[in-house]
This record gives sequence, C-alpha cells and structure tokens, in this order.
Amino acid sequence: MATETESQGDAAATGADAAPGGAEAVGMPQLDFTTFPNQIFWLVVTLVVIYLILSRVALPRIESVLNDRKSTITGDIARAEELKLQAEEAEAAYNQALADARAEAQTIIAEAKAEMQAELDAATAKADAEIAAKAAESERAIADIRAGAMQSVEEVAKATAAEIVSAMGGKSDAKAIDAAIAAQVKG
Amino acid sequence: MKKGTDDVATAEEEGGLVFHPMDQFIVKPLFGGDTVNWYTPTNVTLWMVIAILAITALLVLGTRGRAIVPSRVQSVAELAYGFVYKMVEDVAGKDGVKYFPYIMTLFMFIVFSNMLGLIPMSFTTTSHIAVTAVMAVAVFLAVTILGFVLHGMSFLKLFWISAAPLPLRPILALIEVISYFVRPVSHSIRLAGNMMAGHAVIKVFAAFAAVALISPLSILAITAIYALETLVSFIQAYVFAILTCVYLKDALHPHH
Repeated sequence: MATETESQGDAAATGADAAPGGAEAVGMPQLDFTTFPNQIFWLVVTLVVIYLILSRVALPRIESVLNDRKSTITGDIARAEELKLQAEEAEAAYNQALADARAEAQTIIAEAKAEMQAELDAATAKADAEIAAKAAESERAIADIRAGAMQSVEEVAKATAAEIVSAMGGKSDAKAIDAAIAAQVKG
Repeated sequence: MKKGTDDVATAEEEGGLVFHPMDQFIVKPLFGGDTVNWYTPTNVTLWMVIAILAITALLVLGTRGRAIVPSRVQSVAELAYGFVYKMVEDVAGKDGVKYFPYIMTLFMFIVFSNMLGLIPMSFTTTSHIAVTAVMAVAVFLAVTILGFVLHGMSFLKLFWISAAPLPLRPILALIEVISYFVRPVSHSIRLAGNMMAGHAVIKVFAAFAAVALISPLSILAITAIYALETLVSFIQAYVFAILTCVYLKDALHPHH
C-alpha cells in the first residue's frame, strides 16, 4: 500500500513541479513528502480505531435498536389487530346472548301461556263437572218431589174416595177403591 | 504558487494585504520541535483524534439510551446509519451489505474530518493528498483483490464488454483498463482538491477582510463560501462513499 501511495505522491509531485516555481517550500504543504509517513501512520491508526468502535459497539447497537423498534411496531400492530378481533368476538357474543335471551323469553312466555291455558281448561272442566253434578242433583230432587206429590195425590184421592163412598152410605171396599184410583191416576 | 508567495512577501513589506492561504495546511508537531517523524504527534493526530471522539460521541454516546423512541442525537446516529446502509444496499447490492462497516468507517471519518475542518483555526486532515490517497488506494486494492478472490480470472470480464460489437471490444477494453487504474487518482484528488480549494478560498477572502473598504463584501463572501463548503463537505464524503460502493459492486458483479 505504501509503495502505491508513494507512486501516487510522485505522480502528483511531478504534476506540481510542472507548475511555476516548484513546491518545495511552504507553497503547498500537501506536497511536503516529509510529512507523509506521519499522516499515513496516524490515518491508519484513526481508521482502525474508528472501524473497531463502529463494528464492535456502535453499529450492532444501532442495528439492534432499529430491529427492536421494527419488532415493537409490528408487535403493537399485531396486538391492536388481536384486540380488534377480541372486540369483534365480544360484540358477537353480546349479540348471541341478546338473541338467546330473546328466544328464552319467547319460550317462557309461550310456556306461561300454555300453563295458564291448561289451568284455565282444568278449571273450566271442573266447573262444568260441578255444574253437571248440581244439575243432576236438582233433577233428582225434582223427581223425588214429583214422586212424593203423586203419592200424596193418590193417598188423598183414596181417602177422599173412601170418605165419599162412606158418606153416600156405601160400604167402602178398600180394594176396589185402590184399584179404581190406580186406574184413574194412571189415566 | 511561488509567484503568489513572492507577492505576499512584497505585500507584507509594504504593510498591506497578507495572504497565507496555504499555511493552514502545514503539518506541525504538537509539542514543539521541527522534525516530523512518522510517530510524532502532530496537528494531524490532534484533529484525527477529535474526529474519533466526535464519531464516538454521536454513534456510541448518542445511542446509549437504546430508546425505542429516539432522542435527537440518537435519531441523527440512526439517520447516518440508515443513510450509509441504504446506499451500500442500493448501489452494491444485498451481498455488499457485509462490507457496510468498512464503508461506514470511511464515510464517518471523511464527513467528520471535512466538517471539523470548517471550524476556524482547525486543521483539515482530508485536505491532504496523503490521507485521501491512502484511503483511495486501500479501496482500490481491496476491491481489486476482492474481485479476483471472488471471481478468479473471470473478474477480467469487467473490461471485456460483451454487449459491444466485437471489433470495438479491444479498444473499449483498453479504455476500461485505463479508467480502472485512474480510479484511485480521481477518487483521492477529488476529495483533497475540494477541501483544499474551499479552505484556501475562505482564507483569501479573510485576508481581504483586513481592508476596511472591502471588508463587508469579503465577510459576505466568506459567509456564502462557508455555506457552500458545508454542503461540499457533506457531498464529497457522500461521493467518496458512493464511489466506493460502485467499485465494490464491480468487484461483486463484474459482468455488465
């Protein structure tokens, strides 16, 4: 590398020598070759130091910071997406629950209606039965009363007939009277 | 140049303008003495160490927090990282990324040296051809060796443009070879020349500022040139780094 540089310098020097005067004195410090080894030495040291600092510390650190930031941003976006999904799920669940509750309410209402209907029907039937029973009882009572009345009419008729017969001076024949009455009552 | 110094000398004798635009580039031992041995700590050493410290402050201390939401310094460091990383990836390709630390080293050194050189009374290490040539030659050798190691003799196809008509190819190959070997020269002189010229121009205008009549104009000019030089400092570092990436791409993919 050094030889390359020297030949560089030589080329430049000849170029400068062509310029008026020559550049040995203060003219152009860039072409003062006595300072070249010094500059090259310190340049190489500097570049090596900078390279070591950059490659060992600075660049890996900045790279990791940039990667961290990238992953943080993508992570945040993913989490936001996830939260959005969760929210959507929650909304769906809420709607589902609402629909379920509605359906349940409907069934409860229907059940209650049916129950009430059944109760009503039962009560109606019972009432009908009671009414029927009462009516039958009344009928029977009426029949009894009617029978009682027939009996009484017969007895009264018999007694009256016997009285009439005896009053007319006849001898009341009980058997004949009964038969006559029975025939009359039967009509 | 000599003529210029003669003029300066006469001007000094007359007590008028004093031009020393090139004095700022003189390499001096830090702790007295005249001899500059290869190990002598000089102003080169001082400003290179300052560059190391500044780079460390930005890229190491600035990222100390490793914050997910970066501080100002950390975001500048991340910006520098991303800038060079993207440049290497875009120009040299995905397989060039493993050479990213080397290019980052060159870029950070050059950009900090250039910027530090803009501080008044400072010394611009990258204005010296010795410094830029070492870097350019290092890049040239590294890239050439890398090309031969990766592709063997088929690396020479870089110079044999198969897209061109056959009769033209030898001529083109000659031009390609010449331009390939001129690369380190242009690569190094571009940077050093830009730095030297800008700083020398600022010095010249600064010398004019001593004359009361034209000093407002001169100060205005210094301000303008300073702004330009700030831009140039960054652009030259960028150019050096991106050309390194281009050469690296040639080494990695020599087939056109």
